[in-house]
Amino acid sequence: MTALQVVFLIIAVVTLGAALMVVTTRNLVHAALWLVVTLFGVAVLYVLLDAGFLAVAQVIIYIGAIAILFIFAVMLTRRVASDNIPQTNNNWGWAALVAVVFLGGLAWVLRPWQGFSTQASELSSRADPLRELGQALVSPNAYVIPFEVASVLLLAALIGAIMVAWERK
Amino acid sequence: MIPLSWYLMLAAGLFSVGLFGVLARKNAVAILMGVELMLNAVNVNLVAFWRYRTPEVIAGQAFAIIVFAVAAAEVAVGLALIISIYRRRNTVVADEIDMLKL
Repeated sequence: MTALQVVFLIIAVVTLGAALMVVTTRNLVHAALWLVVTLFGVAVLYVLLDAGFLAVAQVIIYIGAIAILFIFAVMLTRRVASDNIPQTNNNWGWAALVAVVFLGGLAWVLRPWQGFSTQASELSSRADPLRELGQALVSPNAYVIPFEVASVLLLAALIGAIMVAWERK
Repeated sequence: MIPLSWYLMLAAGLFSVGLFGVLARKNAVAILMGVELMLNAVNVNLVAFWRYRTPEVIAGQAFAIIVFAVAAAEVAVGLALIISIYRRRNTVVADEIDMLKL
């Protein structure tokens, strides 16, 4: 077992454990903090996958913006969501069953696929994924239209969120 | 080296945990957290497939960036809706938000 595999296994255990805490802990502020741990684990996975820009974007967007937004939302709606009552509904047994069956089904579907145990090929030394990504996102031959649509979507979400949350007197 | 299967199984596990959170949680904010976990699992898959199958085509990373943008939009609107509902109904429990029921 190589050092890289050990690092991956540690990150995997931390990420999955934190994800389980996110969905099971009763205190929602703690759930949001566990969510930060999970998102950070995913950022480390991106580093292991040679996607450094995505790792930075993950830390800035997910941890810096989305997790903080969650913490604010929990604090703004705290009074009714007290920590002492169970935070799961009556169907949690069925939900657990569905989740386990889904995981088993995915493993069962993926198992016979011959690409399942592919090893990563070396990135060629000339390749610069970050440069390619930047060019692909603004190139008319690649992803400039999805990129612009994503910008419009973000603007619409911004305006929509302000309109929805506006307190009308 | 790490085989592709490890990433796929980790992403499958993360997705299943998120699915459990979405189905089992009472609080609407916690349900959104489950959705975030599922989106992250999908992103791990996209980047892993990019790295292991087509490292010369940047599509996997471009898709992941678009997923980031959509996730940010989804969380902003979702939390605004939850806060708006909380102001009117004084609850964020998904079972009690039943204004569309007769």
